[in-house]
Order: sequence, then C-alpha cells, then structure tokens
Amino acid sequence: MSDFVSDFWSYYVGIAVILSIVACAWLLWVMSRGKTTPNRPLKEGEDPRLAVGTTGHVWDETLEELNNPLPGWWAGLFIITIVFSLVYLVFYPGLGSFQGQFGWTSVKQYEAEKQATDAAVAPLYAKFASLTTEQLAANPDAMAVGERLFLNNCAQCHGSDARGNKGFPNLTDNDWLYGGTPEKIHETITKGRNGVMPSMAAAVGSADDVTNLANYVLSLSQSGGDPLKANLGREKFVVCAACHGPEGKGNQAVGAPNLTDGIWLYGFGLDKVIAAINGGHNGMMPAQEGKLSAGQINILSAYVWHLSNKAP
Amino acid sequence: MANDKEPKVIPIEASAAATPQQTSLYESQPKIYPRSVKGRFATWRWVFVWITQIVFYGLPWMSWNDRQAVVFDLAARKFYLFGLVLWPQDFIYLTGLLIVCALSLFLFTAVAGRLWCGYACPQTVYTELFLWIEKFFEGDRQARIKLDAAPWSLRKLARKGGKQLGWIGLSLWTGYTFVGYFTPIRVLASELAAFSLGPWETFWVLFYGFATYSNAGYLREQICKLMCPYARFQGAMFDKDTLIITYDQVRGEPRRPRARKQEGLAPAGDCVECSLCVQVCPTGIDIRDGLQVGCIGCAACIDVCDTVMDKIGSPRGLIRYSTERAMAERSNSTLSILRRLMRPRVMLYSIILVLLSSALMFSLIWLRKPFKADIIRDRGALARVVERGYVENTYTLRLMNTTEQAQRYHFDVSGLPGLSLTSEADISVPATDSRAVAVRLQVPPDSVPPGSHAIKFHIRAIVPDGQKGAEIEERAAFLMPM
Repeated sequence: MSDFVSDFWSYYVGIAVILSIVACAWLLWVMSRGKTTPNRPLKEGEDPRLAVGTTGHVWDETLEELNNPLPGWWAGLFIITIVFSLVYLVFYPGLGSFQGQFGWTSVKQYEAEKQATDAAVAPLYAKFASLTTEQLAANPDAMAVGERLFLNNCAQCHGSDARGNKGFPNLTDNDWLYGGTPEKIHETITKGRNGVMPSMAAAVGSADDVTNLANYVLSLSQSGGDPLKANLGREKFVVCAACHGPEGKGNQAVGAPNLTDGIWLYGFGLDKVIAAINGGHNGMMPAQEGKLSAGQINILSAYVWHLSNKAP
Repeated sequence: MANDKEPKVIPIEASAAATPQQTSLYESQPKIYPRSVKGRFATWRWVFVWITQIVFYGLPWMSWNDRQAVVFDLAARKFYLFGLVLWPQDFIYLTGLLIVCALSLFLFTAVAGRLWCGYACPQTVYTELFLWIEKFFEGDRQARIKLDAAPWSLRKLARKGGKQLGWIGLSLWTGYTFVGYFTPIRVLASELAAFSLGPWETFWVLFYGFATYSNAGYLREQICKLMCPYARFQGAMFDKDTLIITYDQVRGEPRRPRARKQEGLAPAGDCVECSLCVQVCPTGIDIRDGLQVGCIGCAACIDVCDTVMDKIGSPRGLIRYSTERAMAERSNSTLSILRRLMRPRVMLYSIILVLLSSALMFSLIWLRKPFKADIIRDRGALARVVERGYVENTYTLRLMNTTEQAQRYHFDVSGLPGLSLTSEADISVPATDSRAVAVRLQVPPDSVPPGSHAIKFHIRAIVPDGQKGAEIEERAAFLMPM
C-alpha cells in the first residue's frame, strides 16, 4: 500500500511528524513562562493585573510589549491539540507507512460511502425489480431514472441522444450488433462487448484486391462503388464471410455487423471500408457490472430497449 | 481627554520592588459579576433582545406554501426563504448580503462605535438572557458574590441548580431551534418526541446548545476581549467624530465621596467614586480610564451613572455618548456632534450601502429568472453526418426549475442558416427539480463553412395566455466538420 520508494522515507516522515509535535509542546512550555516587570511595586494583596507589566521587549526605542496574560484555558486548548494529534497518529495513518489501529484508507472510506449510498437508493430500485422490460419501458418514473443513468454512464460514447458516434453504435435505430432483445441488451451492459475485426489485408491479397473487395462491400447495401470492381471483389468476400456471413448479413453471435443495411459504424465511403479491411477495428464496450448495481442495469437495459421500441 | 491630563506613562525604569520576575504568561481571568442596571439604554438593549430572539426562535415555526417558510435544505441544496427558492447557483446573493452586512457594520461603527456589540450581537443578547436567569435564581451582584463565597449548603445547591436548569434548558432550546433551520422544525419535534433524532441532528443540537451555554454562561466577556475579530477591527474604525461612551474627566475629577464634598474641604468633581460604573460593566473595565479595547459600548455605565447624578442632584451625563472631538473642545452641543456626522467616510459608506442594497434587491426581484439553463455540447464527437448528408451536433440541455410549480418550457435555436431542432422542443420539469435532455441540431450539407459557429438557445417558460413567461438566452457552439 505504501507509496514510499524506500523505507528511509517512511522513517523520515514519521520522525519529522513526531519532532514537529514535540517542538510544538516545547514551544508551548517555553512560551508559557517569562520574565515580566510590573510597572510599579505592588501593594499588599493587590491584583497584579492592576500593575500591568512589560515583558522587557522594547522596539523602536519606546515601543514596549505589555504583559496581558491570556486565560489558562487558552493554553489548555493548545494542549488538547497536542493530545489529539498523538491519539490521531495511533489510530490513523500519519507516521510514514504505519497504517494506524483503525486500518483506515481512502479506498475503504470510498467503498463504505458507496455501500451506504447503494443502500439508500436500493428502495428506489426495489420497486422496479419485479417489472419486466416492457413494463419498465411503459413506466415514466423508471424511464426518467433510466434517462439520468444513461446521461451519466453511457452518453460519453453513445451521445446524450443515444444516436452514437463514429465507432460507437447508434442505439435508437434497431440495428444491433449483438442482438436487441431485452436479454441481449442486459448482457451487453453487464458483461461489456469487445468487437474485434482483424486486419484482413494479407488474407485478401494485393491492394487492388482490397479496393475491389471494398467496392463489393459497398454494393451490398447499394451504397455506390464501381460495379465492375465490385464484381471482381465478390470472390474475395469468402474471407469476410466467416464472420459477416456469405450474404454479408452479419452475425450477432460474434458481433459482426450487417453490411447490407447502409449503417456504417466506422464511417461511410470507399476510403473507410478500405481502411477497415486493411487495419481492422477493435470496438470496446466496457462491462458495467460492478460499476452499476443490478437494479440500475435493469432499468438501463429497459431504457436502451425502449429507445428503439417506443410505443406507437 | 488627552489634553486634559498627562498621558498615561508606563515607567521603564524599575523601582526596587518592581524587578523582573519569572511569571506565568497565562493567568486565570477574574470572575466578573455584572450588576443589573435599568435605564434608557438598558431598555433599548432589551428591545433588541426581544426583536432578535422573537425572530430567531419564531421564524422556523412559520409556514409558507404548506412548507416551513425559512429552511435550508443542505442535502437537496435548496434554500427556502418565504416565496423564494435559492439554489447553489444563487450563491452570489449570499455574497451580496454579507457585503451589505459588513458595510452596515462599518457605517454604524463610524457613526456610533460598537453599537452592534452593545445591543444586538448574539454574544451580548445571550449573555443578557443568561444574566437574567442568573439574577432570578441567585440575586444581583452582591448576593452572587456572597453566594459564591459561601460554603455549600442546600440553599446554595438549590439556587445554583435552578440556574443551571434554566441555562441548560435555554441552551438546548437554542440548539434545537438552530437545527430547525436545516431540518424542518416540526419534523424535528416529532423525531425528538419519538427519540429518533438522527446522529448529526443530535450532535448539532448539543453542540450549538453547548456553545450557547459556555459562551453566554461562562466565557462571556472573554469572547469579546480575546477572540472576537470584529471587536478589534471596529476599534480601528473609530475617528475623532465617532460617538463613544466617555467619562467627562473635567467635570468628574477630582473624585470625592459626597460627604467630603459637602464639608467643602476642596473643590470637588461630580464623580462620587461610588464605583457603580465598574460594577455594572459586563467586561469589568473602568470607563473612567478612557476609551479602551474592552469597552463593548453597552452603555450600562451611562444608565447607572445617570441614576447616581439624579440622586445627588447633579446634571446627567457625567458618563455619556460623546465624541473625542466634542470632549476636547468642551462642546456639549448635540447639534455640533450631529453636524460632524456628515463627514466623507460616513457619506461614502451610506452611498455604497444604498447602491449595493438596491442593486441586490433589484437583481433578486427583477433580474433573477425563475429557471436556469445549462447547455453542454457532447464531448464524444465533433459532429456526425446523418441522412441526406445533414450535419448533426448533439447537446445536453439541463433545465432547473426554481419555482415551486411544475413548469413546461419551450426552446428554439438561432444563429445559422437552416439550423433546425430535430428533437423535442418542449420540456416539462417538476417543481424545484432539474432535468437534462438530449438536444439534436442539424444544418443542411455545405450550408456553412467548416469550423465552430456561435449559436443561441432561446428558452422560454410556457405560461397561460396573456402572461409574459421568463426567457433565457444561452450561447453554444455548432461544429461543422471538414
């Protein structure tokens, strides 16, 4: 746990802390007594405060420091701070890498606070726990919660309107890489996804072959491209068919996109398709399990499902 | 004062008996037994005690719109002040209020010294209340001194015990009221009755109660003399024309007991050395030594000296509110003192105070919008090209409804040719709540050059026909890709 590069620094910090506290105590002791001179002889039984003394310090010829004693409890407050610091150092980390009797760490405190918050919001999610995805989607309260969860946890990549960005799928168009059933969406959010398309350049062949193949891929969705080159590229599509299927309809089991629907996750156009064949793609959706609670994922799945299954 | 008498000189040379000696630089403070006092200024102080305490103890019990009129909901970060709901975004008003308070303090101090300390400061007010309880159980100054010196007896126990009960009761009620500003006080009452007070509420009731008890019961003048920063800077704001509590040395000296005065031994001053001015002083100073840092300006010595002057048939005002200049010039005319009020610093403080307070009120009442809006462009992508080559930018619009009714808002955008909103243009937000919605804007392909373009959101509260809804304009940027 210790961030010190060597034991030396741990001892160095520990000793510096102890010395500072001792120095404070010493200073307090030294400064609690001093030589003072009453400004006149005291009468019998007279309160010495009436003859305000000086400490003997004189500056600028005539500027004297008068002795105006502080009340004793003031010194008591200083003593309390010293005692407090010592007690603190026994229970909490402060002396180098010594962890303290309570074993406190900021990580543990964070986890305790997170648990407390989870426990506090649990009743909110509990009332939705028994509802199906369809019921949740029809429940405005649940969808309001879902909207907030989406904006806080998903919008960074998928956009605050869930319509995605280049490399991050649009969640509103009912086009699914891994399936759009409530169960599949739940699985995607919980476990995350890693959609890998390897570089196919070597398997396809020459640069011309790649260009031909790219034209063919474009033709699958009537997205333009040179029909002549597309024809030449058709036979090269067998290396793609393993994942994207012989007709290019994709395969949700491995997250291979449908190439025939005109939806281009990594951008539209010949250049983009060539780049995909040559360089491959690596789409990463991080697992939300552990970050979000089961209740939150439940509502979030329903929210995402409802984006493309809105009631008419 | 200064030119009437030789300035006080502390001899530097030590006499035989006054040799330097090793002493403790801490010393327990002598207990002060302020004698109770009646009079004009004491009445004023009680007026302020009543006003401030009726407000403090009463305000949390007032209702407004079916909720507590004044409550600061820290957990929800909403601050209810009668019809007003302030959000953390309105922090500037608190800043303004504090500046107005500080300026008022400057103004009052320049005009009449430590008015705040003497009449309205909580330390003074609670000490006054605690002294009243003390007097009720233990009697006035002499009786208290005697009681403290007496050995413990049933009578002493009863009197001290009664006082403690009164003090602790008032302290706990004060702590309870204080927490009642943060947790609705009626909820607090039922929690208290059911012994289900939360740990933090319990802590704050006890802590604030303890602070009241120790400050007003025991620390008293030590707070003013040793801790209070305002006490120190107020002293620095005095000038020669500031009204201060002064002892008229020319009239008072030499001090003689009345009896000797009548014997006509020597010409004598009006001060009969009854020491009442010292006995009533809550900070234990002798005002006849002149203005000093311990004087909180409570005027108790004026009240008590006036009663003595009445008894001995001398005119009132041996100790009175006057200014350093009036004393030096031996001018007793109130008019000349009042005329000196119109001096630059007083005028300046007044003008700034009036301007600032009106600006604050104007801003709060007329300029403050009943809702707030924030527009954040999506960070994930610059822009996306959608159907027909239209270019789309996405934003999050956060609307905060600061009113206590659910409200619908309509918004549109301007700033680019062909700029249009493709998501919903109406949002409803529940009462005192906020909501974020995704907003999509589009422009036709190639309609604007690549780069960032300034655009504007116009957000309007939808109100019944014939009324004018509040409107907010927010700036944003539309990015056009290469």
